[in-house]
Amino acid sequence: MSDPIPFRPYAPGTQPPYDAPAYLGTIKRHPKQRLHPLPHTVTETTGPRFTADRFAPLADLTMVTGKPALGERIIVAGTITDEDGRPVPHTMVEIWQANATGRYNHPSDQHDAPLDPNFHGAGRVFTDENGRYRFLTIRPGAYPWPNHRNAWRPNHIHFSYFGPAFATRLVTQMYFPGDPLLAFDPIFHAVPDEHARHRLVAVFDLDVTEPDYALGYRFDVVLRGRSATPMGH
Amino acid sequence: MANTTASQTIGPYWHLLEDASWADLTRFGAEGAKITLTGAVLDGDGKPCPDACVEIWQSDPPASDRFPGFGRSNTDSAGMYRFTTVMPGPVAGRGNAQQAPHIAICILSRGLMRGLVTRAYFQGQTLNDSDPLLLSIEEPARRATLIARPAGEATWRMDVRLQGEGETVFLDV
Repeated sequence: MSDPIPFRPYAPGTQPPYDAPAYLGTIKRHPKQRLHPLPHTVTETTGPRFTADRFAPLADLTMVTGKPALGERIIVAGTITDEDGRPVPHTMVEIWQANATGRYNHPSDQHDAPLDPNFHGAGRVFTDENGRYRFLTIRPGAYPWPNHRNAWRPNHIHFSYFGPAFATRLVTQMYFPGDPLLAFDPIFHAVPDEHARHRLVAVFDLDVTEPDYALGYRFDVVLRGRSATPMGH
Repeated sequence: MANTTASQTIGPYWHLLEDASWADLTRFGAEGAKITLTGAVLDGDGKPCPDACVEIWQSDPPASDRFPGFGRSNTDSAGMYRFTTVMPGPVAGRGNAQQAPHIAICILSRGLMRGLVTRAYFQGQTLNDSDPLLLSIEEPARRATLIARPAGEATWRMDVRLQGEGETVFLDV
């Protein structure tokens, strides 16, 4: 049996280190030992398949039993490709976020801001055959968090992707252009490479915007691609 | 061509996604020997991480309509994750090698900027002695961090120590 084609190593500087001390939560949770190399085997080059018939999509987070959520309605859409620019079709995209006031509908979130019973805090869609996805949601609010003095998370939406393999799993956060809090956020700044960091900021896009309805933001994401040639072991 | 998008922490509120049934990989009627895989996720002080997202993937038995191969579990106040799944068999390795039965694990949590990947092997499997990954870890004590131990009827336990003494071997995949 021929060896599975491995996925490419991450480009230097484009991924955050585990040890990112400005984000205090990392101090006791990052490994001190170097990661142990593992040439990809079938365990790493295969992965779960999720389908819409079993994992119900929810693309519209702005309405619960016909009642609209409060806040600024926005559309978030984009394309998921691999490192060779090929679309990643039919892959599951999950999101979760705070509501317009900066409050998560989660028991651990004790921020003194109102919950919105008409806002879905999470959604799920599948990319189409061209790797495209689209959510309708509410612009999330900023919220304080216990890190440094007067720490506030910039507005953000959490994203989760699977791609074709266990090795292509990606969890990230999408930010908004022009947010003054980005300059102070240690989670955003944990990504060393400036260009890689700024790709986490969505682009305001009139083509995604729907007239008289909702502003549109484009958030394109790249998942790992396969190595061009099989590596030795 | 663009590089892979940067990872960001899953944070403390990922449970908004959670469907507790995902921790049971046999829920669609999988055949095979059912097992429980459980353990604690511990930080550098040995304290439980009660807000982690633990995901598993196994390439054996092959995923099908009845067996998703993938599971997701939260950790409870004691840092414990818990999966019900099917005992994996041996898996082809690179070249002519064979891999011992194993389950891939990815830990995502607040305080982790990226997922941490490891594997659970099963104590007593003969193939453990010739598994390429286990053999590549020279120190026996480090190698032992990847071995789940029997902990009751069809139950296997593997704790994950993120940092410090007994730190789990995490994999560069």
